[in-house]
Amino acid sequence: MLPLGLMLLLLPAAAADLPGTGSPPLRGPGLGFSPPVPASPSAPPLLLPQPGAEYGAPGVALARSAAEEPTGTGEEEDPGEHDHHHGGGYRVVQWEWSYVQTPYIIAIWLLVASVAKILFHFSQRFTTVVPESCMLILLGLVLGGVVLIANKKQLYQLEPSLFFLFLLPTIVGDAGYFMPARLFFDNLGAILTYAVVGTLWNAFCTGFSLYTAKLLGFIDEHVQAEMLDFLLFGALISAVDPVAVLAVFEEVHVNETLFIIVFGESLVNDAVTVVLYKVYISFVEVGAENVQTADYFKGVASFLIVSIGGTMVGLIFAVILGFITRFTKKVRIIEPLLVFLMVYLAYLTAELFSLSAILSMTFCGIGANKYVEANISQKSRTTVKYTMKTLASIAETIIFIFLGISAVDKSKWAWDTGLVSCTLVFIFIFRAVGVVGQTWVLNRFRLVPLEKIDQVVMSYGGLRGAVAFALVVLLDGEQVKAKDYFVATTIVVVFFTVMFQGLTIKPLVKWLKVPRATNRKPTINEEIHERAFDHILTAVEDIAGLQGYHHWRDKWEQFDKNYLSKLLLRKSVYRKSELWEAYQKINIRDAISVIDQGGNVLTSARLSLPSMASRASFPEVTNVTNYLRENGSGVCLDLQVIDNIPGAKVEEDMETHHVLAGNLYKPRRRYQSHYSRHFMPLGEQERQDREVFQRNMRSRMETFKSTRYKRHKKERSLKKRRGSDVKEDGSDKPRRNVSWQDKDPVVVPVETEDKAEHSDPEKDEDVGITFIARKAETPKQRPKSVPAALEGCQIPLLPPPPPAPPSPPPASSSPTSEDSHLPWKGSLGSPPPCVSLEATKIIPVDLQQAWNQSISSLESISSPPAPAEPVHPRVSALSRLGGPRPASYTPPGSAAGSTFSIGPQVSQGSFLFPDKKKEEEEEEEDMEGGVAAEMQPLMSSLKPPGPLPPPPPPPSSAPGSGRRRTPCVYLRSLVTSPPPEPHSRGPTQL
Amino acid sequence: MGSSSSSRNKIPNAQELMDQTGFSSAHLLRLYDRFECLDRDNKGYLSPDDFEAVGGLAMNPIGGRIIDAFFSSGQDTVDFSSFVWILAHFRPTDRNRNKEGTQQELPDSRTRKLKFAFQLYDLDRDGKISREELLQVLRAMLGLQVTEEQLQSIAERAIQEVDLDKDDAISFDEFKKSLEKVDIDTKMSIGFLK
Repeated sequence: MLPLGLMLLLLPAAAADLPGTGSPPLRGPGLGFSPPVPASPSAPPLLLPQPGAEYGAPGVALARSAAEEPTGTGEEEDPGEHDHHHGGGYRVVQWEWSYVQTPYIIAIWLLVASVAKILFHFSQRFTTVVPESCMLILLGLVLGGVVLIANKKQLYQLEPSLFFLFLLPTIVGDAGYFMPARLFFDNLGAILTYAVVGTLWNAFCTGFSLYTAKLLGFIDEHVQAEMLDFLLFGALISAVDPVAVLAVFEEVHVNETLFIIVFGESLVNDAVTVVLYKVYISFVEVGAENVQTADYFKGVASFLIVSIGGTMVGLIFAVILGFITRFTKKVRIIEPLLVFLMVYLAYLTAELFSLSAILSMTFCGIGANKYVEANISQKSRTTVKYTMKTLASIAETIIFIFLGISAVDKSKWAWDTGLVSCTLVFIFIFRAVGVVGQTWVLNRFRLVPLEKIDQVVMSYGGLRGAVAFALVVLLDGEQVKAKDYFVATTIVVVFFTVMFQGLTIKPLVKWLKVPRATNRKPTINEEIHERAFDHILTAVEDIAGLQGYHHWRDKWEQFDKNYLSKLLLRKSVYRKSELWEAYQKINIRDAISVIDQGGNVLTSARLSLPSMASRASFPEVTNVTNYLRENGSGVCLDLQVIDNIPGAKVEEDMETHHVLAGNLYKPRRRYQSHYSRHFMPLGEQERQDREVFQRNMRSRMETFKSTRYKRHKKERSLKKRRGSDVKEDGSDKPRRNVSWQDKDPVVVPVETEDKAEHSDPEKDEDVGITFIARKAETPKQRPKSVPAALEGCQIPLLPPPPPAPPSPPPASSSPTSEDSHLPWKGSLGSPPPCVSLEATKIIPVDLQQAWNQSISSLESISSPPAPAEPVHPRVSALSRLGGPRPASYTPPGSAAGSTFSIGPQVSQGSFLFPDKKKEEEEEEEDMEGGVAAEMQPLMSSLKPPGPLPPPPPPPSSAPGSGRRRTPCVYLRSLVTSPPPEPHSRGPTQL
Repeated sequence: MGSSSSSRNKIPNAQELMDQTGFSSAHLLRLYDRFECLDRDNKGYLSPDDFEAVGGLAMNPIGGRIIDAFFSSGQDTVDFSSFVWILAHFRPTDRNRNKEGTQQELPDSRTRKLKFAFQLYDLDRDGKISREELLQVLRAMLGLQVTEEQLQSIAERAIQEVDLDKDDAISFDEFKKSLEKVDIDTKMSIGFLK
């Protein structure tokens, strides 16, 4: 094994000699999965006592077969060696297979796994019914079958060392690092109970029962197994497998309590299983007769040491990791690497001392997450997240494929119907009994008892997986005579649980009406109130004299705050408040969702994004195009034309684009799924979000209406606010002067709109962007959104010319732009005329705005008179706002506020979009609300809470006019908003 | 039962309290002990000072609010039955009881729990959490970590999120609605000994 580790490091070199030698260096095609961790595989995994002996042959075969695989031939001899030695003299082209073999195979495997994943997700309907793990196993079966037929013998095996050193850590690392810590610790008692007691129960009962069955003759006599063997088998087969559980439960979306219990159990019980396994192995080696009583106690002690020790190692590494990341400010780029290294080192170190590596890694992840996430930069966070998820996903894919493949090779196992069926029945029964029994006990202590349905799901969710398989394959055939039978049984059990139970658990969950996870992001209110609840409960526990869970949690938090955080967090981070962070997150999330949902186009959204505020001025319009192109969003407005006209902007656009791509797009997932590694299909959860949004929007809209009239007040508040920020003064005034009302009067023929539309599509085609969504939207949107956008742009322009840089066509733009914009307003004035049949479709607000913008830009192009101007003015205005300001100046509060405001609106719009016509009307309302809402956030950030109590909606705001106008205001506010608060920078960076 | 019932006699209105709150007699006894322990002068009631003597409360950012919640308006004492009654808010919701419950709503019901929390915010007890009231709580909870502007924007957003009737304040209905997806049962309950 030692050589194995070293070999990994020397992969290329080693690969060259491989085919010839019988040594086990080339463990498997999957070796490369632990990319971030080139370090110290020198620790011999204690889990793998004799992989060499057992698997030496397969390993070689593997290598050879691997050689053949890519070439697609069935040749027995290694082609690489062959060609190599035959050539005489100088050869122009050489066949260097043996040189690239290992990495090549690894890459091919990764490719296969990735392609498999892609293919599976082609059919939405299929993937919702069949869990991915099932498909992967099937694929493995097919692949294995093909290879077997071609080679007459199985070339690929799931190598235990490969599994334990590389595949498992990636999965566990991902699970641990992204484990919802609060949830985990809230349910720690239950998790530990199920993991420890439950697993022991399962192991012993299964073992004894099988032995009994054997005595009773249910199991064939060929199965030469004693009591100890069965106990050993019981131990390894009783472990619920985190990989399988994760794979299945993530797709099922049961409620989080249930999920965390099952998943936490599966993580923790590996420690139990592995310890039991090792104890039995040592007993078997010694021989049952020679086992002394003391040995049993040693076994118990070993369990405690292994699990507690593993946890401690993990926590130590967590502290180290947190501490290190405190100082990476200047070298952000190595942050992700550090995370991977330390987490993996925690795993390896635990293995080194034969402690529970899984526990170690899990706790390292859980412990470090909070501090690391706070310390490292947003980009690093994204990187860590994506890399971890990618690795875990690939590892999982490969494990399941391998499982399938290894099942095909008959030489590796022997079948005994009695053993197989008995095992299946026993593990199922004992799992169920164990769960019910433990739950009964637990429920006496649990605040919220686990319902019967939960118990059913928990029993049914006892999936076995690769861990069991790896353990059984590791058995020494010399000492455990029945190994082949055990292997077969394990394979069947894994297949049965993953395939059958995995397939049926979803319908079961539905049928039982198990409360599902809502996958909903907490609102700021929930954040606040839940925090308050914590305090309340702590206080009440104090008063009632109970030293309960909250009491200790509070103690821990004090400790964390006073010591740990001080030690592990950067100073700058330490100062921040969690609630504020949450607030920022919500804002950003809103903005991201806007972009995500096709709101990409919405200029304002991007503008408001805090992270961008300092850098990106207005170039967004163009950015959007880039952004869309890159991301292939369905709703694309090709504004490319604009790029050409104001050449100066291009660079800026690119920059913004990068910022966007880096900061916005990826992080979205982060908020989307808390512990899910996979993409979540749009589902009901989203719907709920939508509802929340809509409600918020509407309310905000209302507030906006009321506040609109209070403009003076707002402005005053703004001033106050700005008092801290000197730079902003200029922007304030223009705002005041320009009222949307002034602009409204302009009437624009509806035709222009159509024109714009037409022109739009054509241009889009070039880029290959889908135009459909936009079209539908256009009719309705324009009225509202267009004016808004225009106004927003214009307003900023009015103020003094931008002092500084990037605004391309600055001064000239304002008047002309106004003209061009005005037409839209006219359209606004005439309410429903523009609504065509298409209009029946619901148009998301964000889209509308985007559309408008694009239209205006297009218009400028298409219509000779007002060409680039409309765009320019806007740009210039924005650039003025954004660009001129010192980079250092980041409007924190405002940015956040604006972001959030935009976010909701947009997202709302986008959400609605898919809905049917019936919702139209509602939507309209919503849109109204949305616009208002958008405004609101800005305003909120701007205005001090006290002075601006928005009075009830004024009468004027009433129907059409009020609505139409709001957008303008909104935009304006957006434009102006960037300057708000001094502090925002830090927080916004979230 | 014998010993417990004998000591139960010390407790005024024990049976009635048990019926009203759902506490078992063991709970009640335990709480009574605690009550006496808090009541350092054996007055038979608790004053705010007694509460403030509780160690953890001093550290609790909203401890003062919680103490206030024990005292109905105008009074500065709380007797045992009110004490128990208020603590009963934090019992895990007893589903069976509530189903039967033809009687009045038990304090451990979701609404009552929420009401309790709501009152912590609602300082002036006008049935609404005004922006200022929300700000005060936020300020208490966040301490110095956050600037006033940040506090205000948080409060602003929080109010906007739920303010359905646009009065720039959070009414109880709005409060309730904003938390309807939250598992109040779990988050506002304490594991009193069962």
